[in-house]
Amino acid sequence: MSNSSNEELNSIVDKWKDVKGSLVMMLHAVQDKFGYVPRSAAMEISSRAKIPLAKIYEVLTFYHFFKLTAPAKHQIAVCTGTACYLKGSQELIKALETELGVSAGQTTADGRFSVTALRCLGCCVLAPVMTVNGKIHGHVKPADIPSILREISKGEEQNAQ
Amino acid sequence: MPNKISKKQTIPSKNDVNPAQNTEKLAQILQQFEQNYKKIDKRITICGDSGCLAQGSQKVYDAFKTELAKTGIGFCLEITPSCYENSLYLCKSGCQGFCAQGPLVNVEGTLYTKVRAEDVPEIIETTLRQGKPVERLLYVNPKTGKRCGGTKDIPFYQKQTRVLLADCGRLNPEDINEYIANGGYSALQKALNIGPEGVIAEMKASGLRGRGGGGFPTWLKWENTRKQPGGEKYMICNADEGDPGAYMDRSLLEGNPHAVIEGMIIAGLAIGAQKGIFYIRAEYPIAAQRVQKGIDACRKLGLLGENIFNSGFNYELEIRYGAGAFVCGEETALIASLEGSRGMPRPKPPFPSQSGLWGKPSAINNVETLANVPYIISKGGKWFAGFGTEKSPGTKVFAMTGKSKNSGLIEIALGMPVKDIVYEIGGGPLKGDKVKAVQTGGPSGGVISGENMEMPITYESLQQIGSIMGSGGFIVMDETDCMVDIAKFYLDFCVDESCGKCAPCRIGGYQMLQILKRITDGQGEAGDIDRLQTVATAMQKASLCGLGQTAPNPVMSTLRYFRHEYEEHINKKHCPTGRCAKLVGFEIIKTSCVGCGACKRACPAQCISGELRSPHSIDPNKCIKCGQCYAACKFNAVRRG
Ligand SMILES: Cc1cc2nc3c(=O)[nH]c(=O)nc-3n(C[C@H](O)[C@H](O)[C@H](O)COP(=O)(O)O)c2cc1C
Ligand code: SF4
Ligand code: SF4
Ligand code: SF4
Ligand code: FES
Ligand code: FES
Repeated sequence: MSNSSNEELNSIVDKWKDVKGSLVMMLHAVQDKFGYVPRSAAMEISSRAKIPLAKIYEVLTFYHFFKLTAPAKHQIAVCTGTACYLKGSQELIKALETELGVSAGQTTADGRFSVTALRCLGCCVLAPVMTVNGKIHGHVKPADIPSILREISKGEEQNAQ
Repeated sequence: MPNKISKKQTIPSKNDVNPAQNTEKLAQILQQFEQNYKKIDKRITICGDSGCLAQGSQKVYDAFKTELAKTGIGFCLEITPSCYENSLYLCKSGCQGFCAQGPLVNVEGTLYTKVRAEDVPEIIETTLRQGKPVERLLYVNPKTGKRCGGTKDIPFYQKQTRVLLADCGRLNPEDINEYIANGGYSALQKALNIGPEGVIAEMKASGLRGRGGGGFPTWLKWENTRKQPGGEKYMICNADEGDPGAYMDRSLLEGNPHAVIEGMIIAGLAIGAQKGIFYIRAEYPIAAQRVQKGIDACRKLGLLGENIFNSGFNYELEIRYGAGAFVCGEETALIASLEGSRGMPRPKPPFPSQSGLWGKPSAINNVETLANVPYIISKGGKWFAGFGTEKSPGTKVFAMTGKSKNSGLIEIALGMPVKDIVYEIGGGPLKGDKVKAVQTGGPSGGVISGENMEMPITYESLQQIGSIMGSGGFIVMDETDCMVDIAKFYLDFCVDESCGKCAPCRIGGYQMLQILKRITDGQGEAGDIDRLQTVATAMQKASLCGLGQTAPNPVMSTLRYFRHEYEEHINKKHCPTGRCAKLVGFEIIKTSCVGCGACKRACPAQCISGELRSPHSIDPNKCIKCGQCYAACKFNAVRRG
């Protein structure tokens, strides 16, 4: 871990370590900074805040929200809430699987795309809904998936130029 | 996000706020706001909640800013003393309800639907300059074909009783001054005058029951907590909204955060707490930001902190995050999570009112329950009890989604017949003319089938038919929705979310899911229905917490009303709706097929043949019934059935 991120981590731990029951909040702050909870960060929290590493991992693995690996470059999330399920979100997951070769909860081998399943985003009127790097796409049809993926790649090329 | 939340609550120093002046302070704010507001000539309220945002309301908002600047009409984005005379107020509100018609723009009571950025110049010219409506942006009443000027003419709104939601789609959720000018925090003032007993008495008169699902009388929960000995008590707001198809609590927190904050302060006063905690789903960062902003504003005005309104009452609020575990909506699991551990439930008693957070008496209430509190205290328990039925008083917010024509956030007086909600507010099903069922209560609930549509919606009636009120999910299903599949969906959710602490839920849930998977895959066996019932009974009786106890409900309820669908799946290996892909056949309708080849490319079994631009066909012997062709065809030429 670099020096600057180490400093950031220290300030997170210092902010929370004397607050009762703040482990979950500490882990949120870490994930907010790094995009996931790196093992080195977990170990640092353990030694600085005097929380057994086993306890930290017990908590980390219990909650779905915490990620233990670095996020993919492009994060695709499909809403599998009830309204979206009724309107075919499973077919979107299947179509993504066909295109990317990974199912929900996985990341492509090159680390470019991750696919996750989310629950109700609050725009059920647009069901089925998926997000690409946080941007909401509504009324998505499986047939739209290839063009959505192409758009991401196009954006990537433009950024590279 | 979480790092923006300060660790220690900074209590304002005495120089900042003089509590003795607090009462006058509210009056002052009100007066100041009214003076500022007098300068506002017109108001444009643009919906800024998720549904409309996803449909482009931010672009509409931005277009108003640029276009207004071009025209030279003075406008402001916030009500402050520096607003120009006769200026126009461009306000971003919470969900206005009719999400399906978004982005919504309300210009002085005229409601424009499906507004695009391109429409903005016309709105400015026609409505603002000439004072005439832009006809084409008005909602058309599908029954009469007439255009509706405002919400009062729109059937979707006509049958609703919007109390909580009225302010939610109207006020600027980030402006405490506007909340105060609309009567905000006067309930707190009144609460301090009548004292904790007075508050509890008013709550008792209202008859408000918990909106988080259980329906426990709120006043009784508060009294039980208040009665406990000891000085250290906690008030907790359950904002972990777990139903996977509902968003009422999020919309309330984002659209009218001060109502919930005021409710939390009054509740804290009533139970004798010094501290209140919002437990907010981590997936709701905007809700958390708005609440934090609201808390900060309250602290500045002395509505939080020491000696509030010079009453001797000290109270602080802080935010904690959930982390994506449905079981943490259960009270004892929520408390474990707040203590920094895995969110695992523990047996009750002791109840949280006896031993809650850090072993201290604690009261936990749902967001909507708390949002009702200021209204009840201001207008009186009797006023509230005037809505709804004797045993289910008040109004209730639902997120109406699924297969109804109108969907969105609705609020009704309890006791309204289900069919009125579905057909009048909801406008009936998207396709066809019959709603097959409505699901309430999410993963802990059940279905209201066609034969029960006349039933008034109350806590008791829903329980009688084997569902529950739940927190407000209201999913409309039509003839194409398979009841076995929907039961499987909910059970899958519960199995995924089971914390694994007790065997009936951990093992029973898994077993039930395997049976349901088998049935929907065409491998159902005679006796499967009995097996489901046996395991369900064991789970209901022996699970430790509400999750396991109620997880079988969606299965039991669909079995009760749609047993024939289960039987058809098991005995005839056929899904009557065509939803269970393995129990249907796929066929290409020659006359509709244009020969685009999309299905052929999508088919993983390579069993579709045909030349480009001529009709294709499927080899049924090779087809693995994956449904990809059905999904890929843009011409509705693949038939599933
Ligand atoms: C598995 C499970 C999940 C729950 N999820 C929620 C929830 O997301 N929001 C909520 O307010 N109550 C939820 N509850 C109910 C709470 O435990 C509790 O009864 C409620 O917050 C009390 O508030 P009320 O009396 O104001 O309804 C859940 C209960 C169970 C068993
Ligand atoms: S019923 Fe399920 S969720 Fe509840 S304690 Fe038991 S295993 Fe955990
Ligand atoms: S259902 Fe699947 S396997 Fe069968 S024809 Fe269609 S795409 Fe091919
Ligand atoms: S996708 Fe539809 S229209 Fe195109 S070839 Fe297949 S069945 Fe015909
Ligand atoms: S269920 Fe997908 S947005 Fe609500
Ligand atoms: S989000 Fe705009 S009306 Fe609901």
